[in-house]
Amino acid sequence: MTMSQTKETLTAAGAAEFESAVSARNISKNYGEVEALRDMSLEFPRGQLTSLLGPSGCGKTTLLKIIAGLLEPSSGEIEVNGKRVTGPGPDRAFVFQDFALLPWATVLRNVAFGLEMRGVAASEREARAEKYIKEVGLAGFENSYPHELSGGMRQRVGLARALAVDAQVLLMDEPFSAVDEQTRRKFQEDLLQLVQNENKTFIFVTHSIEEAVYVSDQIAILLPRPSRVSEIIRPSSFRNKGVDNIRRDPEYLDIVDEIWASLRSYVE
Amino acid sequence: MTLFGYRLPGMSSLLLWGLLWEIVGQMSLTFFVPPLSEVLGTLFEILGTSAFQKALFETAYAFLAGVFFAIVIGIPVGILMGKSRLLDEMLLPWVNVFLSAPLTALVPVLMVLFGFGMKSIIITTTLFAIWIIILNSRAGVRQINRSLVEMAHSFGASSTDAFFKIYFWAALPEILGGVRIGIIRAVKGVIIGQLLISIVGFGALFELYSANFLMGHFWAVLIVLFALAFTISEFLAYLERRVSYYAAKR
Repeated sequence: MTMSQTKETLTAAGAAEFESAVSARNISKNYGEVEALRDMSLEFPRGQLTSLLGPSGCGKTTLLKIIAGLLEPSSGEIEVNGKRVTGPGPDRAFVFQDFALLPWATVLRNVAFGLEMRGVAASEREARAEKYIKEVGLAGFENSYPHELSGGMRQRVGLARALAVDAQVLLMDEPFSAVDEQTRRKFQEDLLQLVQNENKTFIFVTHSIEEAVYVSDQIAILLPRPSRVSEIIRPSSFRNKGVDNIRRDPEYLDIVDEIWASLRSYVE
Repeated sequence: MTLFGYRLPGMSSLLLWGLLWEIVGQMSLTFFVPPLSEVLGTLFEILGTSAFQKALFETAYAFLAGVFFAIVIGIPVGILMGKSRLLDEMLLPWVNVFLSAPLTALVPVLMVLFGFGMKSIIITTTLFAIWIIILNSRAGVRQINRSLVEMAHSFGASSTDAFFKIYFWAALPEILGGVRIGIIRAVKGVIIGQLLISIVGFGALFELYSANFLMGHFWAVLIVLFALAFTISEFLAYLERRVSYYAAKR
């Protein structure tokens, strides 16, 4: 009871306090008869991580791909830094659930791929790729091929590729769902570091409640049929208590329980 | 394979079949099968003759030219068919018809259209090889991982970039498989072309030797042809194995 009151005041305060890097305005998306998204509006504060959380079929990945410019909305518009999105652009980079690495190319070339597509000269893009390979902890694997790496290492390559193009907005589609539990925890801790160190806006799709609460500055709960944003939650107290203390923080536990309570009825 | 604890080298079964050939030949059962030793003797004898070298050159020229066109036309057409629904609907029935059609029956038509020379032989060779190359390239593109395409798109790849840096490489294992089968079919095509269109190259030698019952010569040329086709096909199979590690992971 007290919990939800604090949350509401925080939500109201939070929305006024932050400037949006990405805005989704009245987005609808239909596939023929099927309505994937209906009139969805959402603000993504600059320099923060926003999770899109919800049961399968709630359209969270569809919304992310519309923001990426990979899908066109049936109506409504996306603005990134005040500019309307008409397709993929250098202001956004995507991290894929299944990594989407080129199996025939080395780690170095994979990480440099985004730069290669932008016409950056070979020597410069390799230097930048090497820097980000080091940053994600893969130094020494520059000349390995994806099939020689573990799932977690492959996703680090995917992350380095997205970081290397230095986009202001990072779009992550269930990036840790294909890696094992322990690697996932390490990833979540690293992600918190990344959000703090890089001045980027992160949009993160996940179906894990714990993961969303652990890594997010703002959590948008999406519900299906018809798809809509049912609630926006902004955890406040545990973000600066250190990665080891988050999971036993009372607010963390309360939010996890509360989200489960509201999603429970949508899970078959 | 191991026999009595010894590891046998690859293709040692050929020795056994060769031995059987020799025995049957020595028994003089039929003029059609001279002993293998005699065939091999003839083989080395004719290798140096100018008639053989001319035939080899003519055949190699028609074969390589035919395969070249089959590859440079077949691969892009197959990839484009895999990418574009419209093109696929338009062309797929034709590709399937020509893949299974008795192309030999088409050769007289080609002779009318393109004359009795090398041009018709090259076109025949291309027609034998190209359809399977198209179909395999198409299949390779169709099973491409969608997220690789989205990835390229999201990083701003142009369609030329996507074609040369994603589609081609993603389909490479299937493309090489198609080229390998296409080349084997091209061997058939070039010989049939040489027999039916104008009597040149190995086709002329086959015609000459079989008409004069020179079976030793006949088999010798056949062995050379088989060895050439086998070498090329094994080389492509080797390339296929080099890239197959990623076939499952696109």
